[in-house]
Parts: sequence; structure tokens; C-alpha cells
Amino acid sequence: MRAFACGAAIVLVFVAAAAVSFVWTPYDVGALDIPAKLQPPSAAHWFGTDHFGRDVFSMILVGARVSIAVAFVAVGIGMGLGVPLGLAAAARRGSLLDEAIMRGNDLVFAFPALLIAILITAVLGPSALNAIVAIGIFNVPVFARVTRGAALSLWTRDFVLAARVAGKGRVRISAEHILPNLANLLIVQGTIQFSLGILAEAGLAYVGLGAQPPTPSWGRMLAESQTMIAFAPHLALIPGLAIVLTVLGLNLMGDGLRDLMDPRLKRGRA
Amino acid sequence: MKRILLALAACLAATGAAEAQRADLTLGMQLEPPNLDPTAGAAAAVDEVVYANVFEGLTRFASDGTIVPALAASWEIAPDGLSWVFNLREGATFHDGTAFGAEDVAYSFERAMAEDSTNAQKQLFEGINAVNVIDDVTVEIGLDAPKGDLLFDLAWGDAVIVSPATAETNTTEPVGTGPFKFARWVQGDRVVLERYDNYWGEAAKLERVTFKFISDPTAAFAAMMAGDIDAFPVFPAPENLAQFEADPRFEVIVGSTEGETILALNNAKPPFDNVTVRAAVAHAIDRQAIIDGAMFGYGIPIGSHFAPHHPAYVDLTGLSPYDPEKARELLAEAGLAEGFTARLALPPPAYARRGGEIVASQLRAVGIETEIVNMEWAQWLEQVFANRDYDMTIVSHTEPLDIGIYARDDYYFGRHDPVMQALMEGLGTMTEEADRNDVWRAAQEHVAVDYANVFLFQLAKTGVADARLRGLWANSPTQANDVTQVYWAE
Amino acid sequence: MLGFALTRLVSLGLSLVVASLVIFVAIEVVPGDPAAYMLGMNASPETVAALRSQLGLDAGPVERYLGWTMGMLRGDFGVSYTYRTPVAQMIADRLWVSLPLALYALALSTLIAFPVGIWAAARRGSVADAGVMGATQLGIAVPNFWFAMLLVLVFAVNLRWFSAGGFPGWEEGLFAGLRALTLPAIALALPQASILARVMRSALIETLGEDFVRTARAKGLTRGQALRRHALRNALIPVLTIIGLQFSFLLAGAIIIENVFYLPGLGRLVFEAINKRDLIVVESVVMLLVFAVILVTFLVDLAYAAVDPRLRRR
Repeated sequence: MRAFACGAAIVLVFVAAAAVSFVWTPYDVGALDIPAKLQPPSAAHWFGTDHFGRDVFSMILVGARVSIAVAFVAVGIGMGLGVPLGLAAAARRGSLLDEAIMRGNDLVFAFPALLIAILITAVLGPSALNAIVAIGIFNVPVFARVTRGAALSLWTRDFVLAARVAGKGRVRISAEHILPNLANLLIVQGTIQFSLGILAEAGLAYVGLGAQPPTPSWGRMLAESQTMIAFAPHLALIPGLAIVLTVLGLNLMGDGLRDLMDPRLKRGRA
Repeated sequence: MKRILLALAACLAATGAAEAQRADLTLGMQLEPPNLDPTAGAAAAVDEVVYANVFEGLTRFASDGTIVPALAASWEIAPDGLSWVFNLREGATFHDGTAFGAEDVAYSFERAMAEDSTNAQKQLFEGINAVNVIDDVTVEIGLDAPKGDLLFDLAWGDAVIVSPATAETNTTEPVGTGPFKFARWVQGDRVVLERYDNYWGEAAKLERVTFKFISDPTAAFAAMMAGDIDAFPVFPAPENLAQFEADPRFEVIVGSTEGETILALNNAKPPFDNVTVRAAVAHAIDRQAIIDGAMFGYGIPIGSHFAPHHPAYVDLTGLSPYDPEKARELLAEAGLAEGFTARLALPPPAYARRGGEIVASQLRAVGIETEIVNMEWAQWLEQVFANRDYDMTIVSHTEPLDIGIYARDDYYFGRHDPVMQALMEGLGTMTEEADRNDVWRAAQEHVAVDYANVFLFQLAKTGVADARLRGLWANSPTQANDVTQVYWAE
Repeated sequence: MLGFALTRLVSLGLSLVVASLVIFVAIEVVPGDPAAYMLGMNASPETVAALRSQLGLDAGPVERYLGWTMGMLRGDFGVSYTYRTPVAQMIADRLWVSLPLALYALALSTLIAFPVGIWAAARRGSVADAGVMGATQLGIAVPNFWFAMLLVLVFAVNLRWFSAGGFPGWEEGLFAGLRALTLPAIALALPQASILARVMRSALIETLGEDFVRTARAKGLTRGQALRRHALRNALIPVLTIIGLQFSFLLAGAIIIENVFYLPGLGRLVFEAINKRDLIVVESVVMLLVFAVILVTFLVDLAYAAVDPRLRRR
């Protein structure tokens, strides 16, 4: 419970930061002020300035927006495709369809994720949108597998048997009886994938494959500040800490949610 | 007690002596060469390892950019200028032990000129119609027309002399005539060269040179700081140079390169087909801000496509001073008072990626919105360079004396320029230095007045080396790391 | 059992064919021509065409696909466009860095995770447990490339205990090789160890609640004794599964870390090959990695089915 509150508080701060950045940032993130470059944190620039004299605090705010948006949409793609696939596989357990979906899952899992993301951006060009696609694709099998596993056990439960006796079709049962019972599980898994998505976005942006300039991005801020770490350490520390805190918050929230929703599991976790 | 002290002193002296004789060098480079044959591709990294060290041509670039004899000891030009006779070095040998002779010269040039040649600079050999072996140490080159820059062309890495026996395997096991022979290549990590004891000329001072490839600027910085690397002749992150300067262990070497860094405009595509729009863009750009912001102050502003260290250089930056007001007026004059949107393609180097962000922000200030598109070199070469599908791009043209590209109809600038074509045609046949310099000056002024591109700055060569190293090249007349004269002081 | 193995073998073959098609098509549409890249800005179109035909790039896509796949079946991975050396040789060279690095990181992560997980499980619910679990949460949240940057700054630049990166080669001695891999292995191991420690702890706590452990405790064993003698062995199954997954991740997932430490490993080979459009290298390495993972999955499935006949019907 405490973990959940902690995590939720951290996540809320970053979501709020992202939301605020739509209407207000202390400085224009696109405006360069080269004479004022590489300043340490001060009253005028809370987090200092970067190598172009841009305000790092403003960039962190807008960067939160990019990270959250990319990870969120990627989770959406994963759920939107993965859950129906998992439901279908469970509904037709042991059929050719089930086998095809599960083998397809294994196949996607078998591809080295980062390499494929790099290939995708090599084909489509680097952009935030393509980062979403690359991360989203690898979320699909995760959700398909989780959904199928949980749905299979639900299919043996009495209320589902009752619905079958009542003559409801597999699609209707999946939608009306199975899916609602999966909501908790999916929310928890969604939180986990969300935090993995933030990390993945940072990694892609770090190798130059995420959102493109002038849009700020935490991962790219890290990459650009790397060579200056010895004389302007704030440039590398601040975006790094932003990533760590967001991911930490999401993980704590995910664990907390799991415990709240399924007390049975609680003995296994902190 | 005294004896012990003496022994100790002797020990110290011995280690001191061992240090004085230090004869190994580890050199850092950002890019690994794809192969080690300078005649088999355009990658500058190949020359940066083997040029002058392993392979030699008939002539070569000296550190100050002049052309000096290499495998050719001397030469004579026929009075009509259509035939050059080269007298070759006697006693030169390839590293596999075979003797170097006129046959090798003929073989190398004919191979580069052949129909199925994959020499990336085949145009260097244009106008040569015959390579005749006169005797073992004399070779004659026949020309269609007098060629003023033959010695210059033959100094390129792409024109080095290879042995027929090893031409096919030079990509992985290069065999040349230089003072160093190839020892080992650990792909992805390093190339090792060792001194060649039967070198025809003055022997190299170093016994062993290791070229280590570190693409990541942070890793390069850490490797220098940790002492893993003795010198990084082209250090990839100018922002770290101040730290090296402050550290007595290191020396920062700032020199010039042949790299004119330009904001290229697609002259064939509206609105950049309009000279007024091009002039507006030129006035919107603050060169010094780009040099300070992208290169941390290293670089010289240029106003045309010409290197400031060349005797024929004319400072034309005054034609396009930073004047956003004027830029807006010119845009209005061209009927674009509302501004417009253009794409800006950026290849990987820091000068382009960082410079591009600054250019985008400066253009936005006068109403030109830019959409930055970052590209890898492979994609840049296909989309921008070959297919000319671009609006603006930032790139450094590192070939020496390459203003002639403005005369080319097929070049990616998208220009058709009869004035430049006439100038360059005249240049080809001139052999007098003064005449040639007059043409260079006229050409510089012509492209500047026509605002063919926005000329940003001459790329500086910023290197870092151990303070005790001597003999490294400060400037970069061609892309090379000539280590034949390098030694450790003290 | 044989029937089950056969169906899985067929589906393995199908997966490989699908994978090879996906890889080939993806790489076909990547913009950028390797020959143009190699020849640079001054080359004429004729020269580029000459090089393309030398590299075998002028053949049709079907012909090249068949050439590539048939070659792979014979163990011939083709010749790299840019390096002009056999791809199989390049992969073998790089594996000598990537494989030891993955094993080193895995060993580190196991060595950290086991005692930490056991220690936390034995003190379940205590402040110490909460502290350790909080630390592992932090370990998971740290991006490994950022951690790597900090390691280089502290241990290579400031303290100079390790070199900043690079790999001297195993012929310089086992110690020199391991030393070069230490910082990268630590950077890779931190998140993995955190995950593993958490899995270890929950698995132990789970088994501690099982009847046979309760019986053991009823017989007078202390919690620690019960944990070591009975729970540990049973908790190993989920832990080993995770270790297996982590290994394949480490083999291919070290791209960024290999870049930070400029190690000549498999990941950096592919990364650079993509940028240089050395497509035959990209195709072959990705295919090999996919094959390895599919094969491991297949073997694990077989092993599970052999142990637990119920799974065969799935």
C-alpha cells in the first residue's frame, strides 16, 4: 500500500509536469541562447542550461510528455492487438488458430527487440512515431500471452460453463465474461509495460532513433550530454534521474496495484 | 647503504632510458576503415591508416599541403605538356619482398582506369591515355591535353602504387612500399602496423603503431584521459578540448582541413531556385553562433567555397553578413513575406547535427520553418546526394580544391552554371600558378555572389596528443595520419 | 512424445522460414545502397554499377533470397560487402567477445541475486527486506547505458582502475580479457541481478508456504534451515527459467553497452553493419540470433514435456 502511494505520487508528478508543459514552460525549448550555454543550476535556470543555452528544466518538462506519450501509445498498441489475440487463442484452445498465435508470439519474442527497432527506424526513418511502432510490436506478444494464460483458467470456471450452457457463443463469452475478469491483470501488466516502454524509449532516443530535434527527449538529452559529463555533470544526471524516478514510480505503482487487486499474492511481495 | 642507493639510481636510469627509447604509439580514430585498400573505396578511414605509412604514390602530400616526390624521385614534362616522364626510386621494395618497378606503376594506373574499375576517384585519371614503361625505373604518362594538376592528382590515396601479386588481397592484408608494414587487424578494435626494415628512404622512428577505433566520443574522451591512447588526431568532441588544454599531460593541436562546411541549398527546387531567396537564407545565418554552438569556437567563417589557408583565398564573408532584417526584406521581395517550410537533411557528424539545430532556430527567426531529418550516411548518399530529394542539407566538402563541383550539371546542388563551366575548362590547361590563382579567385566570387549555397565555416582539425609526442600533422591537406616522422621526446 | 516432438519440429521449421522471409523483406526495403556508400561522393554511376555487380547486388530479389538461405543451410553466410571477409568468420570472431560477456554478466548477476534473494526471503517483512527490495526496484529502473556512463566516469576516468573500454583480445591473457569485460558486465548485470533477486525471493517465499516445508518446520527446523534444505531446491525452477531468458537477452541486448565500451561484439557488428548498409551481415546475424532463441525455446518445451506429460496436449 505504501509502495503504491509512493509510486503513484512520483508518477503523478511526472504526468503533471507533462501536462503543464502543454501550456507553460519557463523558457521556450526551441530558443537557443548560445552565450548562456552550459550554466550550472541557478535561480534563473533551475536545472541549468545545455550546450545551446536552452533551459534544461523546460526540456525535462516537455521530455516527460514525449516519454509518456510514446510509452502510453505503445502499451495501447500492445493491448489493442495482444488482448484480442490472447482471447481468441484461449477460446479455441488447442486449435490451429491457437497454435498459430502462440508460435507467432514465440517468433516475435525470438527477434532481438533493439535490433529490430533499429531496423524499423532504418527503413522508416527515425521519429517518435516509429519508436512507438517499434516498442508497440514487442508489447503485443506480452499481452497475448498473459491474456491467454489467464483466460484459459477462466474458461474452466463455473460461470463460464453456465454461459455456454445458456447457448452464448465463444466471442460473446470472451467479451462479456472473460475480458471483465482480466481487467485487473491487464492494468498491472500495462503498468509494467509502461515502465519498460519509458526505458525502451530512452534507449532508442539515446542511439538517436527516438523523437527528433528540436523536440526534447530524455534519452537524447543523455546522449548529447555524454561528452560534457566531466564539466557539466548536471546535464547527464538530471535526465538520467528523471528516467530512473519515472520508471521506479511506475514499478512501485504496478507492484502496489497487484497487491491491492489480488491480496492472495501479497505474501509473495513486499 | 651507498651501494644500495647507487643500485637504485642505476635502476631508475635504466627505466628512464627505456622510456626515452619508447617506440610504440597508439592512435585513436573515430571510424574503423571498412578495408585497408585505398584504391577500393571512398572511406577516408582507409587513408587515415595506410596513406604514407603503408602505401605510397608517385607523389605525396606533405604536412603543409605541398606536393613532394614519393616513389617518383623526379620528373620532366615534354614541351607540349602532353607527356610526363617519371624517374622512379631505385631499391624500393614491397613488403612481401618483391622489387618495386615501372611495371607496378603501369599496372596500378591501368587497374584504376579500367572499364570495371571500382576506384572511387576514377576522375583523377581522366585525360591519361597511356602509361608506358620505358625501363625498370622510368615510366611515361601520356595525356590528351596538358594537365596542370597531374602531380596533385597522383598524390591522392586512390592513386597509390600496388603490386599485381597482392592487389586482390590488399583489402585485408595490405602490401605497399611504405615505411610501415601491416601486422594485424582485429576487426572492430584495432589495426597494428610495424616498421618495415627494408624501406627505401629514411626509416620510421617508431617500431609499432596501433590504430584504435573508438566511435563513441565519450569513450574517446575516457580513453585519452585513462592513457589508453597516446593521440587522437581528429578528436570527435570539440567540447572536451578545453579540459585537455588544462591538463599538462596533453597537447591540443588545432589545424586546418580542406573541409568547407556548407548549408547546401537545392538550387533546382523552388523556392531555392530564386537567388533572392538564397540570399535571404544567407543573411539569416549567424556563422559565429554556429561555430561557437556546434564546434565550441573551432572553425573559421567562410564566404565562399574555398579554404582560407590557400594563397588564392578571398574573404567574401562580407557579402552575406548576419542580418535578419535584411533577410526578411529579401524574403518579402521574393514574394515570401509569410515565410515558408523546408526540410533540412542532416548526416551523422556533430557539425551537421548540432549545426542543424542552430540553423533551424536561426531560420525560424526570419519566418522559415525547418523540419529536421537526421540520416545515416548511406541514406544521405542515396536520397540527398544521388537522388537530390532534399531542400537543404549541411555537409563538409573535404576534398582539396573542389570548387569545380559548382560547374557540374549532375551534382546534387542542382545547378546549371555556364560561367563556372567556362572558368573550370580554362583552368584545366593552365600550368602557371598565377593564372590558376586568378581563376580560383574568380570562381570564389562567382559562387558567392550567386549565393549558390550558404558557406558556413572551414572545418578545423582539432586533435589531442600526449604532450611528449612530436611530429604529428597539425593540418589535414588530405585525410591521413602520417606517422612516419612521429617520435617521443626525451 | 514422439508425435509432440515432430509437430514442434515442423513448427520450428516453419518459424525459421517465416523469420528468414521477414528479415529479408525488411532489409530489402531499407533505403541506401551499399555500393554507393562504399564509393562515396566522387564516384561515377558506372563505377557504382561495376561494384554492384561485383558484390552480386544486381541479381533479382528471389535469386538473392534463395542464394542466401541455401548458403546458410550449407553453413555459408556469404561475404561482407564492406569488409570483404566471410560473414561466418566475422560472427565467430565477435562471439568470442559477446559470449564471454554474456556469461560474465550472468555469473555476476547470479552471484549477487542468490544471496540477496535468500537473505531477503529469510527476513521477509523486516525493514531489511523492505530496504533490499527497494534497492532492487532502483536497480531495475536505472537505464544500463546511463549506469555504464557513470561507471566509466568513476572507475576509468577518475580512479583509472579499469580501461575505459576496448578489448585487447584473449591472446593477451585471460586476466586482461576479463578485466576489459568487467565494467560492461557490471553495467549489464545490475538490472538483471535486481530482477533475479526479486524472483528468487518470491519463489522462496512461495515454497516456504508449501506443506512439505511446513512439515519440516514442524519437525523442529528453524526457518533458515528449512529454507536452505527444502525450499531452495524447489525455488530453482522459476529462477532457472529466468536465467535462461536473460542469457538470450544478454547475447543480443548488449548493443548499447558494447557501444559505450567500444567492445567488438556481435551487437556492435550489426549496429554498424546497418549504418554501412552491409546488409548481408545484418541478415545473417539477425537470422542466427533468431535461430538460437527458437532452438532454445524448442528444447525447453521438449524438456518440460518430457518431465510433465500433461503439457504435451497443449
